[in-house]
Amino acid sequence: MDRYGMQNQIACIRRSLFDQGYLDEQFIQLEELQDDANPNFVQEIVTLFYTDSTRLIQNIELTLTSRPTNFSKLDDYMHQFKGSSSSIGAKKVTSECAVFRQYCAAGNAEACIRSFQHIKQEHAILRKKLEFYFQMMGQAAVAQTT
Amino acid sequence: MNVSSVKGSMSISSSTSTWKAGDTISDQFPAGLRVLVVDDDPTCLMILEKMLIACLYKVTKCNRAETALSKLRENKNGYDIVLSDVHMPDMDGFKLLEHIGLEMDLPVIMMSADDGKQVVMKGVTHGACDYLIKPVRIEALKNIWQHVVRKRKNEWKEFEQSGSVEEGDRQPKQSDDADYSSSANEGNWKGSKKRKDEEEETDERDDTSTLKKPRVVWSVELHQQFVAAVNQLGIDKAVPKKILELMNVPGLTRENVASHLQKYRLYLRRLSGVSQHQSNLSTIISAQDPTFGSLSSLSGLDLQTLAATGQLPAQSLARLQAAGLGRATAISGIPITLVDQRNIFSFENPKLRFGEGQQQHMTNKQQVNLLHGIPSTMEPKQLVSLRHAAQSIGNMNMQVPPHGAQSSQNNPLLMQMGQQQQQQQQQQQSRGQILVDSTINHAPRLSSSMGQPILSNGIATNVSSRNGIPENIRAPGYSQTPSMLNFPMNHASELPGNSFALGSTPGVSILTSKGAFQEDVNSEIKGSGGLMPSYDVFNDLNQHKPQSWELQNVGMAFDTSQHSNSLQGNLDLTQSALGQQGFSSGQMNGHNRSAAVASKAMFSTGDVKELGSAQNVNQHLNNLLVDNTIRVKSERVCDTSPANIFPDHFGQDDLMSALLKQQESVASSENEFDFDGYSMNNIPV
Repeated sequence: MDRYGMQNQIACIRRSLFDQGYLDEQFIQLEELQDDANPNFVQEIVTLFYTDSTRLIQNIELTLTSRPTNFSKLDDYMHQFKGSSSSIGAKKVTSECAVFRQYCAAGNAEACIRSFQHIKQEHAILRKKLEFYFQMMGQAAVAQTT
Repeated sequence: MNVSSVKGSMSISSSTSTWKAGDTISDQFPAGLRVLVVDDDPTCLMILEKMLIACLYKVTKCNRAETALSKLRENKNGYDIVLSDVHMPDMDGFKLLEHIGLEMDLPVIMMSADDGKQVVMKGVTHGACDYLIKPVRIEALKNIWQHVVRKRKNEWKEFEQSGSVEEGDRQPKQSDDADYSSSANEGNWKGSKKRKDEEEETDERDDTSTLKKPRVVWSVELHQQFVAAVNQLGIDKAVPKKILELMNVPGLTRENVASHLQKYRLYLRRLSGVSQHQSNLSTIISAQDPTFGSLSSLSGLDLQTLAATGQLPAQSLARLQAAGLGRATAISGIPITLVDQRNIFSFENPKLRFGEGQQQHMTNKQQVNLLHGIPSTMEPKQLVSLRHAAQSIGNMNMQVPPHGAQSSQNNPLLMQMGQQQQQQQQQQQSRGQILVDSTINHAPRLSSSMGQPILSNGIATNVSSRNGIPENIRAPGYSQTPSMLNFPMNHASELPGNSFALGSTPGVSILTSKGAFQEDVNSEIKGSGGLMPSYDVFNDLNQHKPQSWELQNVGMAFDTSQHSNSLQGNLDLTQSALGQQGFSSGQMNGHNRSAAVASKAMFSTGDVKELGSAQNVNQHLNNLLVDNTIRVKSERVCDTSPANIFPDHFGQDDLMSALLKQQESVASSENEFDFDGYSMNNIPV
């Protein structure tokens, strides 16, 4: 694919991520921070997020499965998770976290578990999409240099 | 930074000191602003760091609160602002906020994904200067430098406004402390003032103030040290660095001292700015402490004494001193000094005083009113005589307390004063004297006069509580607050219900003279315990509440609310002194208490013979307070008509009114002085 074609494709991917609600404007903030000094800033951040959030997810899962359900701990973790995901602009993940917290505040363990499944799903979906996106960008960059 | 005022330079210097050479404030600011960002989330931390760098700030990041604290501690002047997350595993963000405020007094911005009102409110009350909701946008970070500037600016401004603002704050909204404005102000009393505003504290201000006060707490003792150091160096030559060295208090920074000094200077300036009363005061003061203006000496003495005894909140003392210092240097030993001081203070609180013009006259009356409690028969002329007596006593008192040596001398001084007065006047004076003292000493002598006024207050309160005489005193609409001598103060204007502002205004009762003073003081000191005067008295009278009083005073010093507190402090004292003679004033938030104590004190200290019972005293007090028309109906209180003691001690009136006003405002119109249950608990410490 030619350079422009690739760039177009990347632009389309990017736009769809926003249009479909996977990303919000916080992601744009990250993009704006990227410059020549940090050409891969966005990717670095996203990678960092996924590393950290995986750990968080594991903690949450452990807490969810233990009985009695420690809602305050769950809330804590989720608060953290939400903060993290919102800072990279992961829109769907963040809103699902909010739902979880509501159930958690209500003490509804079942609903929390279900909600958490959604969170994990969204989390995974976004990851794939972003990985693809970055991959394309990487290819485009390579294409540009060639 | 626009620190241009007197001590503006101080603040500037302190602020500039924090801004290292690298940070060229003028050209590049806010570039180079040294930011410390703390967040346990690595993603957020990295994003923030990048954003801050994009804003051209100099960023240091930590992922743990402990690390951040140690970084701050090892390099106190190395940072200009701190950004901290609320939820952190090792330490709560608010706790970190408090630590920073206390130790380094830097502006702190909290961040959280939580945008719940409670959490944001918590940030406010803990002193955060801003609260950002995550995800944080770079736009929000671009302006954080404003907090640094504002903080520095406010430190200076607070000092300046401490008196007037307090008054204003106190009056309009009792609950408004207006003390603490910026979150991390150095020196509690000034800073707290502004913050208090935010906090909306009433008499219970103390509660709120205790909520968040990371900054340096200028306790009475600390303030005493500060004042002693300043005196030693000379008010003109006192620079924070030297003061700090002299004080030799571990953990105290130059910035703390600088901001406190600013406040103190404002206070002094304010004192000098007061009207003629000041001159009176100053004369008296000068007798004592030539170093400062006459006023200052007085205040210094009293203040110190008061402060020493802990009765006078350090800030109040400083304030008074400052006032004294600032005030008329020409005060010639007029006994009115106290009154003047009162006036001075009340001066600052225009509301408090009724009209300065008439204060003189009024003060007499008012004072009388105040003293009413004591000698129930205080008639206007009595008041006048009281005033005189008070003045003279004030003089005496003033001289007595050696500058700075007061700490434990407050009581004795007060007693002395009372005694002196009695000797001098031999009228029912014991009471009157006390009252007088209080009024006179009110301003400068918090310590000595406190004892006195407190008595009167106490009496007043007693009266109210007990007898019901309050009606006499209660000036228009003032129903009970006999204890609040302040009553008279507010008399003209405030009487309605205020007159006994006692009831409403904490601490009004007791020291009507004091009260006034206190109010003034409070306003001066930012509400730091207008009770200062009573502070001494109470101490003397009944030691058991000195702490509470102190506490109150301390608290009060810090914010306008303190005004009420001080009153309460007085109340406490009086209470104890009075042995709780039905000091219902307690209700006033402790104001009454002081009144009660005062009355009690009166009994104990003064040979309030007539008093026979606190009731009488109270009655008298009430009478006094009631309306300036001293209708001391209480026949009981026969002789010692404090009124006599206070000759035209308008200062007292002013003070009283000021105090009353304060009380009123402070007490948030708790005019119900029904001092039934003098509950010391009210003392918002």
